[in-house]
Amino acid sequence: MNLDFSWMAWTWPTAAFFIVIALMLFGMGVWEYASPGGHPRVGVLRFETTRGDRLFLSLLGSAFIHLAWLGLVGPNLWWALALSVVYAVGVFRYV
Amino acid sequence: MDKTWNNKAWFLVLPVLVLVAFSAVIPLMTVVNYSVQDTFGNNVFFWAGTEWFEELLHSDRFWEAMVRNLIFSFIILAIEVPLGIFIALNMPKKGWGVPVCLVLMALPLLVPWNVVGTIWQVFGRNDIGLLGYYVNALGIDYNYVQDPIDAWVTVIIMDVWHWTSLVVLLCYAGLVSIPDAFYQAAKIDGASRWAVFRYIQLPKMQRVLLIAVLLRFMDSFMIYTEPFVVTGGGPGNSTTFLSIDLVKTALGQFDLGPAAAMSLVYFLIILLLSWVFYTVMTNYDAER
Repeated sequence: MNLDFSWMAWTWPTAAFFIVIALMLFGMGVWEYASPGGHPRVGVLRFETTRGDRLFLSLLGSAFIHLAWLGLVGPNLWWALALSVVYAVGVFRYV
Repeated sequence: MDKTWNNKAWFLVLPVLVLVAFSAVIPLMTVVNYSVQDTFGNNVFFWAGTEWFEELLHSDRFWEAMVRNLIFSFIILAIEVPLGIFIALNMPKKGWGVPVCLVLMALPLLVPWNVVGTIWQVFGRNDIGLLGYYVNALGIDYNYVQDPIDAWVTVIIMDVWHWTSLVVLLCYAGLVSIPDAFYQAAKIDGASRWAVFRYIQLPKMQRVLLIAVLLRFMDSFMIYTEPFVVTGGGPGNSTTFLSIDLVKTALGQFDLGPAAAMSLVYFLIILLLSWVFYTVMTNYDAER
């Protein structure tokens, strides 16, 4: 069987993006296996969040940070990435 | 029993995950790939980086469609939710009227979207449409093909006709779940009709109302078929909502890159709003 995925128009940057997302999900799976229950807690948002919620908020927020950077500043996204990492650390620490 | 967590249950959802991967994840990955490239067909792609996203975020056409969509969603929610509550409150709770009302309410929901569009397209026409002909006969200048306000009114009335029933049925389900003891206690206390609504019926309907608002907002934010069939996004661009704009870009102009970038931004907005609604709903449950 010849699996042809050329119709998906893969590029190395997009493949790297999805590999990083997959690794994050795998890492969350390992974390969950090591420490089951999702570590629910009530943070600054005043409602209960689990690790999965915090990852989702980090990724979604990062997407909007990148879009805002593109729209308001310019195409150099390294600073947006740095800001997203800081934001994600903040989410995992305080949300 | 020390072990309280059994992750083997995850294997039971594996078939669904595979199905979702094929129906949603792989297409979404393809859209991400398209969004950073340009193509002229023949499966040949050229790297474009973030160009399409930049173009989109600085595009008046996109933001205008977004504002139109938000206004549309706000208007239909402002009409359908109070109207749905009002109808549900006045529906019979017992007797032969219950199945009759339920069937009547369910009918618009069973009509396919493109058929709803076609019905209202003909219904609103000046020459042969019942609505268009008689509204003009009354001396009101109504022409949804040429007048943007008439087009908006038609699309809004069509959506209200099609979807208020959903709000009604959800509210009705909430209302019939209220035990009689609540009404008896209110009667003993001499509660007014408004007090019964405010302190018994509305709190009991709150959860279904949240679901109704969520469903209607999401659906109206993604509306495509009905306005496309009735107005085609016109006159001009007056009823061009995000999804119509997206289809025009992707299929009309065959600009797959810009359309993919637009799809992703659209998807992220929907994802954010879904999360907000979901969080509100689940926390409301937790508080109770």
